[in-house]
Amino acid sequence: MAFLSKIATNNGHGENSSYFDGWKAYDSDPFHPTKNIHGVIQMGLAENQLCFGVIQEWVENNPKASICTPQGSNGFKDISNYQDYHGLPEFRNSVARFMEKVRGNKVKFNPDRIVMSGGATGAHETLAFCLADPGEAFLVPTPYYPGYDRDLRWRTGIQLLPVVCESSNEFMLTREALEDAYEEAQKANIKVKGLILNNPSNPLGTVMDRDTLRDAMSFITEKNIHLICDEIYSGTVFNEPGFISIAEIAEEGAVCKNRDLIHIVYSLSKDLGFPGFRVGIIYSYNDAVVNCARKMSSFGLVSTQTQHLIASMLSDDVFVEKFLDESAKRLAERHSLFFRGLAKVGIESLKGNAGLYCWIDLRRLLKEPTFEAEMELWHLIIGEVKLNVSPGASFHCSEPGWFRACFANMDDETLRIALRRIHKFVIQKTGSDQPTRREQYKRSKLEISLSFRRLDEFTMTPRTLASPHSMTSPLVRART
Amino acid sequence: MAIEIEKPAVGLSKVAVSDTHGEDSPYFAGWKAYDEDPYDELKNPSGVIQMGLAENQVSFDLLEQYLEKHSEATNWGNRTSGFRDNALFQDYHGLQSFRKAMACFMEQIRGGRAKFNADRFVITAGATAANELLTFILADPGDALLIPTPYYPGFDRDLSWRTGVKIVPVHCDSSNNFEITPQALDAAYNEAESHNIKVKGVLITNPSNPLGATIKRSTLEEILEFVTRKNIHLVSDEIYSGSTFSGEEFVSVAEVLESWDYKESDRVHIVYSLSKDLGLPGFRVGTIYSYNDKVVTTARRMSSFTLISSQTQQLLASMLSDKTFTENYIKTNRERLKKRYQMIIDGLRNSGIECLKGNAGLFCWMNLSPLLEEPTKESELTLWKSMLHEVKLNISPGSSCHCSDPGWFRVCFANMSEQTLKVALTRIHDFMDGRKAMKTSPDFSSY
Repeated sequence: MAFLSKIATNNGHGENSSYFDGWKAYDSDPFHPTKNIHGVIQMGLAENQLCFGVIQEWVENNPKASICTPQGSNGFKDISNYQDYHGLPEFRNSVARFMEKVRGNKVKFNPDRIVMSGGATGAHETLAFCLADPGEAFLVPTPYYPGYDRDLRWRTGIQLLPVVCESSNEFMLTREALEDAYEEAQKANIKVKGLILNNPSNPLGTVMDRDTLRDAMSFITEKNIHLICDEIYSGTVFNEPGFISIAEIAEEGAVCKNRDLIHIVYSLSKDLGFPGFRVGIIYSYNDAVVNCARKMSSFGLVSTQTQHLIASMLSDDVFVEKFLDESAKRLAERHSLFFRGLAKVGIESLKGNAGLYCWIDLRRLLKEPTFEAEMELWHLIIGEVKLNVSPGASFHCSEPGWFRACFANMDDETLRIALRRIHKFVIQKTGSDQPTRREQYKRSKLEISLSFRRLDEFTMTPRTLASPHSMTSPLVRART
Repeated sequence: MAIEIEKPAVGLSKVAVSDTHGEDSPYFAGWKAYDEDPYDELKNPSGVIQMGLAENQVSFDLLEQYLEKHSEATNWGNRTSGFRDNALFQDYHGLQSFRKAMACFMEQIRGGRAKFNADRFVITAGATAANELLTFILADPGDALLIPTPYYPGFDRDLSWRTGVKIVPVHCDSSNNFEITPQALDAAYNEAESHNIKVKGVLITNPSNPLGATIKRSTLEEILEFVTRKNIHLVSDEIYSGSTFSGEEFVSVAEVLESWDYKESDRVHIVYSLSKDLGLPGFRVGTIYSYNDKVVTTARRMSSFTLISSQTQQLLASMLSDKTFTENYIKTNRERLKKRYQMIIDGLRNSGIECLKGNAGLFCWMNLSPLLEEPTKESELTLWKSMLHEVKLNISPGSSCHCSDPGWFRVCFANMSEQTLKVALTRIHDFMDGRKAMKTSPDFSSY
């Protein structure tokens, strides 16, 4: 039998990792509110299902947006025939405007710099093909989305080198960590071609502050390497502090000396909840990269049927505003429900303000501070608590005991069931729902500040806690 | 926007700076000329007529009629959660209903002479992605695929650009109607070997682009025997399978395998797409059908980079599982393409131009070698430029398809109205008349 290639036979697809055990457990015993109430609840999937009602309503009221309805069918011929890799102009325009709104209209995007790709998955791979040769490397802060290992490395042959971030400072990216990682690469004779940032972060659920972004910008400028900023969760920011896009920093002439190094990855899979539609976007400030990526986009264009629908939807300003407001509100409520529910049993999470998940600290439940113990705890959570959460090791976290749990891919009731199961488990495991005195004494600054916040949350109502209307979020500013 | 660059721009990758994407070739001058001066029946009747684009616009009305009667296909099934479920569906297996519908459709195209298993389909955003993906799976950088010439120019990019895999041509020529022979296959294989290049497979397009002809069953069997002997893969790009002028003349490699009881099928993979047969290139609907489990699994994982929009899968699942619609479409499309083909062949013959005997596709393979000053590629390009700038027709020169015989051109006929085709034929007629006049006028230089 004829052999297959090295790429086909290596593990670059990433699916042999033990991380997939959770998925298998879910697939073989999926939770259902009536048919399988004791099944595994899927908390490993970062999907946004909170606003489909809003979207559904728009779709029903706008039959012209579909070229397959009587109202829209006169567009069918031209749209289905259009295969230009520039993409429909109305699609690019509406996506550019949407990205601006998500950033509170603080920056402008040029529709001619928008390149399509097969989801953000395709966007990352395409940028890797454009910017680096096999064997060269990108730096990426840990913990990071496990898919990067496949998306950036599998067929491209490039390497990913971790920039270690730690819980001692809430996993914030430091200049020191960047320099350390770069030096390691030098020592190993690996050429670094770029830095990847994911802002807001998956799995942390936090946004990067202006200083950190500026630091990163000055770092890449100094090293003369590319900066890829994955802003796929930019529209899921639900609390202060607001979102600062790299696009803002790119306009600060004092910090950004060479915009040719800056590239943004975006997608509609998280903000709008449309992963099935495969709408990936590369936005580059570099003409050569735009040209090259556009040619490569032939391998992963967005269906024009979908381009047309998205163009119609996103150019409806009233709808977009309503959607962004409603989405932030519901995410905030959902996050609060989960965050407080965990806190009630003494489980702390990183205080996040974005994304579709919580970064949970289960270190005190580990037998010992090792990844083996983390794996054991994880199997316990899957097998007994029947929750598929994602272990920190799969995100290349440097410290064992952290887990990501998604909360936006289910309804309120399912989340409550998940919380009840967690509650039961913690009480069983620790004999109490509060950390012991000894553990309290050992707690880090992070945990202490979190426990104070926990107290505050108990005394505040959900409405006042997490309403974007009460704060100067970019979403509020977008209205004026 | 002005960018202050204080440091030298950091480089891009080798892949990015190479020209394997193919867009710098002189071939694209034709596209440019068309873009700058496009023909329009009313607004620009003397503009360039686009005959370099293999698109199928003859059967659009059938699709429109279907949509008028079946707009429920677009209401995402059950109204309350249909849209949501569809928008969330990102499983790289693809909608089962879509895969089943594709299997059905492909079986119908082959007159039921081959069966397809819905679980062996891998979805990709177009055949462009399917061909690249298969190349990544079947060959390592530096390895080669053998491809019979002339071939679709896009292969140079699709198969080589990011994969680093080479294409080694299997030379076919007009002496035997460009049929693929075992000798030509062996010669190409040996050529590769002599350069220490490992051949990993053969890729055929059947029906052929640019020839517009199906591959004979006996030839398919010879190709299968060849790949078996060399223990390499066979990719059969059957993107034009639904565009044959009659149902019986097309033999798919799937039929041959079935008659062989699927012996050696592990090495065979079929690429298909709806861009040509259904005229839906914008929807990016490609599939890989492999008889090899490992290839299916791996291709499926790789398809994450290039899935088909679930919205589009949903629409096509409904459309292609409607057997009344598909039967009528396939039959009517074939009739119309055949009629269009006849029209162009007759028109060209009246101008004294012969074409290869075709029976499929959206184009004909026209022989202008008698018009060449010398039988060279340069002469061919000179003639091509005349066709472009004087006759105002953008046709594709054989050299862009790596044809070893100069003077052949691919002329598309299904991407325009009948009226426009008539205008094009008139222009060719006038051009040929002009040439004849030049030839018969006294040539004083010979005295």
